[in-house]
Amino acid sequence: MKHPLPLIWRMIPEKYYIMGSHCSTCKNDFFPFRQICPNCRRLGKVSEKRMPTTGTIFSYTEVSAPPSGFEYESPYPLAIIELDNKVKILAQIIDCPMEKIKIGSRVSMRFRRVGDDDEESAISYGYKFALIEDSAPAPATSAKPEKHSKASKPTASKG
Amino acid sequence: MRGVSIIGGGLSKFGERWDKSFRDLVVEAGTAAVIDAGIEGREIQAIYGGCMSSGRLVGQEHVGALFADFLGLNPIPATRCEAACASGGVALRAGFLAVASGMYDVVAVGGVEKMTDFDSADVAIALGGAGDMEHELFFGATFPALYALMARRHMLEYGTTEEMMASAPVKNHKNAVHNPYAQYRNEITIDDVMNSGYIASPLKLLDCSPITDGAAAIILCASEKAKKFRKDPVEIIASSQASDTISLSNRHCMTELHATKVAAADAYKHAKLTPKDIDVAEVHDCFSIAEIMAIEDLGFFEKGKGGPASLEGLTALNSEVSINTSGGLKATGHPVGATGIKQAVEIMWQLQGRADKRQVNDAEIGMTHNVGGSGATAVVNIYKRL
Repeated sequence: MKHPLPLIWRMIPEKYYIMGSHCSTCKNDFFPFRQICPNCRRLGKVSEKRMPTTGTIFSYTEVSAPPSGFEYESPYPLAIIELDNKVKILAQIIDCPMEKIKIGSRVSMRFRRVGDDDEESAISYGYKFALIEDSAPAPATSAKPEKHSKASKPTASKG
Repeated sequence: MRGVSIIGGGLSKFGERWDKSFRDLVVEAGTAAVIDAGIEGREIQAIYGGCMSSGRLVGQEHVGALFADFLGLNPIPATRCEAACASGGVALRAGFLAVASGMYDVVAVGGVEKMTDFDSADVAIALGGAGDMEHELFFGATFPALYALMARRHMLEYGTTEEMMASAPVKNHKNAVHNPYAQYRNEITIDDVMNSGYIASPLKLLDCSPITDGAAAIILCASEKAKKFRKDPVEIIASSQASDTISLSNRHCMTELHATKVAAADAYKHAKLTPKDIDVAEVHDCFSIAEIMAIEDLGFFEKGKGGPASLEGLTALNSEVSINTSGGLKATGHPVGATGIKQAVEIMWQLQGRADKRQVNDAEIGMTHNVGGSGATAVVNIYKRL
């Protein structure tokens, strides 16, 4: 799927740092970012807040009939993840076979290329999640954006 | 507010209509509805048309005016209504409100979608826009994937099985055998569904409604004048609509469509009826799990009991409550903008005793349930013979 460059640029905080919002009136977190707290509306005081980068798989599926732009990675797992602040987020699960994905599995955020694109359009990056395994190193608590690089397409394109 | 009744309805044949254009389908259904109502074009005062993706797919926008033009109805006002797969439902409600308010006595309401001319990956992108483009489709979440995520939770929380889900499309195909407008008029078995290959696990090909071309239209009239046109008009005794978060992940509960529950509660209240009073309902079975959730959220079965009820045949023709006698979205086909109107046409036929071999015995009260996206819009209407 092709996205216009200004859209990709605007989405950088959301897609790179899971930037959501926090309402200091009702103390709730929200993702995606909302200017208006749906609980408090005009009484809400909303500010930007990074969401936690670890969570638990709430539900999952394996997509075998992809939309255009995702053909090359099909079939791929998608999940709804309950982050550690209880906010839910939809993301791809990467770097693990389907049979290891279970409701309740612990996951942490990774920074990856998203979808396919042609040579002419900008590359989309964003969050994906990987299983936290006992043997694996401690999960990253934050993710810094990589520099946009066209040269990295073949290696970065999967997952 | 005054009463509003349906005085006529018609459908185009649903299916792969490669020989017909977007506007041909509109004319096919529109003329059928006008003839059925026994009115003349000059008696129609306004048009409300549901259509989701004509711009994305056909390349045609401004289809309200196109409806009026090609139906020969210029210069009456003609408005397009869009709410993804509930576009037809919200168009119907717009027409209902226009007549109920006293603004017009007779309006035409329609819905249309032309989908089979295009590559299925492109259609997936167009339909994906019914969810949250920036946070769902961006990551490759198709519509089957969103409903699959709900299905997985329903299976975990209530013990619903893939066979229970499969029983809904099996029943809908059986009903569609007797519907000459349906895209698929063949019976299928639970094994057929189970062996049909995953689209988004646990949903398989035959759990999913197809890509379809089609159009549907009805003529609405103030109830006080409806009997002037026909002896058996069908009154819309409640029309309710609700909204919910555009993203599935923002919902408080993923095993129900909250908008359906809100719209249904409002509709029952207005009609002064309960779920037990409904004899026949067309529900939004875009996926098998959607029908299971719908029959729970509309109050026909307790939460979590929809799967067993479906498997036991309690939703079959002339059982406890006859669900999707037309064949539903699954077997009749799902031209997204047309579906909400097609449901109303089927209920009209049922309440008038015109449903032939799929007729529900003594059908008195009918319901339609039309959903947009993964549940961000729901429209519930209740009908009774005037």
